[in-house]
Amino acid sequence: MPAHAKERPRGDAGSHCMRICARAWSPALSRFQSASIFGPCDTVHANQLREPVADSIASVEPTRRDFLYIATGAAAAVGAAGLAWPFVSSLAPDADTVAAGAPVELDLTPIAPGQIVKVFWRGKLIFVRHRTEEEIKAAQDVNLATLKDPQPDSARVKEGHAQWLVVYGNCTHLGCVPLGQQGEFKGWFCPCHGSVFDTSGRIRQGPAPINLPIPPYTFVSDTKIRIGEGATA
Amino acid sequence: MSKHATTYVPKSAFAKWFESRLPIVGLIHSSFVAFPVPRNLNYWWTFGGVLFFMLVMQIITGVVLAMHYTPNANLAFDSVERIMRDVNYGWLLRYLHANGASMFFVAVYIHIFRNFYYGSYKAPREVLFILGIIIFLLMMATAFMGYVLPWGQMSFWGATVITNLFSAVPIIGDTIVSLLWGGYSVGNPTLNRFFSLHYLLPFMIFGVVILHVWALHVPGNNNPTGIEMKSGKDAVPFHPYMTVKDGFSLVLFLIFFAWWVFYMPNYLGHADNYIPANPSVTPSHIVPEWYFLPFYAILRAVPDKLGGVVAMVAAILIWALVPWLDTSKVRSAVYRPLYRQFFWVWFAVCILLGWLGSKPAEGGYVIAARIATIYYFAHFLIILPLLGLFERPQRMPGSIVESVLGRGAAAPVPAGATAAPQTQG
Repeated sequence: MPAHAKERPRGDAGSHCMRICARAWSPALSRFQSASIFGPCDTVHANQLREPVADSIASVEPTRRDFLYIATGAAAAVGAAGLAWPFVSSLAPDADTVAAGAPVELDLTPIAPGQIVKVFWRGKLIFVRHRTEEEIKAAQDVNLATLKDPQPDSARVKEGHAQWLVVYGNCTHLGCVPLGQQGEFKGWFCPCHGSVFDTSGRIRQGPAPINLPIPPYTFVSDTKIRIGEGATA
Repeated sequence: MSKHATTYVPKSAFAKWFESRLPIVGLIHSSFVAFPVPRNLNYWWTFGGVLFFMLVMQIITGVVLAMHYTPNANLAFDSVERIMRDVNYGWLLRYLHANGASMFFVAVYIHIFRNFYYGSYKAPREVLFILGIIIFLLMMATAFMGYVLPWGQMSFWGATVITNLFSAVPIIGDTIVSLLWGGYSVGNPTLNRFFSLHYLLPFMIFGVVILHVWALHVPGNNNPTGIEMKSGKDAVPFHPYMTVKDGFSLVLFLIFFAWWVFYMPNYLGHADNYIPANPSVTPSHIVPEWYFLPFYAILRAVPDKLGGVVAMVAAILIWALVPWLDTSKVRSAVYRPLYRQFFWVWFAVCILLGWLGSKPAEGGYVIAARIATIYYFAHFLIILPLLGLFERPQRMPGSIVESVLGRGAAAPVPAGATAAPQTQG
């Protein structure tokens, strides 16, 4: 053992040694044995050899090494953050998926009153519902104060097209597809967790927090809509 | 106590040469051969070994299945059917892997209930216990993503429901969901990243398992009495005592496993998952795999989206606080007359929640799920802290050896092999 090992100011050599020898893995073993399987623990290790050098410069003012330490750490932090961004960003919808979100047109003439048609835009399900007179009336005659997510029916359809309701087709709770013309309000009923929507697609009962959202769409003519017009990527 | 009695001594010249350069044989010897375990461990302590076997088996069957599987939304379902029909023994590999996931959870739940019954989570094993919770969470993530890969109806809608849980997070919820999906709904990008993560996570589990075993080998095993080992007479070496016990238990477990694989391979799955994914129709009755049911019941018991998600996550994370919520100084339920009863009530509530999770969320089921959920949390937040203050523990034996051989037998030293049972044969 080198002489300086005896003069080391700190008495933690044992703990360093513990980390190197097998006791750290299994002290329960060493409880019954006094020796480590790796032999005696007082062999010289790298820590002891380094320490006298470290002590000699400990009290000196900032050195070139301190500067390098901070500069390297700062570069590493900036680099890690900069490198992490491409990885996270790559998980977002890619250009292909966004491009597939080009607007789609739908001819409304074949849809009979009372019928619900399912279409996809951007991979998301959309209900296009041709509402009957009773369904429109039921949606309009609601005391807004009783709603969980208060919205008048007029805000959920385009002016002059009250018979057409266009809403996203996934329940706002956890994304299941609600069943049309079912539930207490004959709007939609979600079989997964029991959310009930009315004929305006508004949440009336159950765990869904908000109404079925309205996708961006416009009427090209009285019998044709364009879904996805003016949508942001 | 004899020095070096259980230590590894390399015999051949090569073994000596190798050991002086990489002492891994000695490490394995001290960890899995000479390692002293309490002599009174019962069969509930063998499920750690079963779990390790199941992890390795899942990785091996999974690696081979990945050689035949195609992670593409248009091809995944057909590639799984090809595994079932065309690949030699593909049906066996897939049934082993799918039922293996269920058996993995059977074993981990036994392991977890054993931990709660015998108070293994208490000092000085808190970190060991928390590492176990991390493994359990990783297992749940892995199992969920694996279930998505066949791209059947339950795969698709399970993925939709579970990923939508993150939309409950305020403000950034929708961004998180979009990053999970890689699109505007569950689709091909989702399937691709789930396949990648499903391959990665088991190796992360393996890493945490090594930490778990390491943290176990610092204090050593708990045991049915909850009393620490005090002398060599309390212990036996891991080999052959635990290796044969673990091995015997594993054989019984594998017979149980094989029964599922060969006689009811689809019983634990859902028939709907043999219908290809259809994003415009949700199956009428959507339930997760059986091992998620208690947590699913808690999710549905709360009539608020964010609240439900918080309660479900809290139902697991609350375990991490149990070492501090349980105020009793006594570890094992064997000597805690009140805790023993409350443990079984809590156990029954867990089973009840699992059953309720499989039922539709309506009427009496919801009310029962709410009561059970409240009790589940009350067990940890109210009953455990109070029990330690009011319970009178039963008289405990002075040592492990006394609990095994009786008070008189502990004093005189028997002759022969039992004189120093902690040493190897």
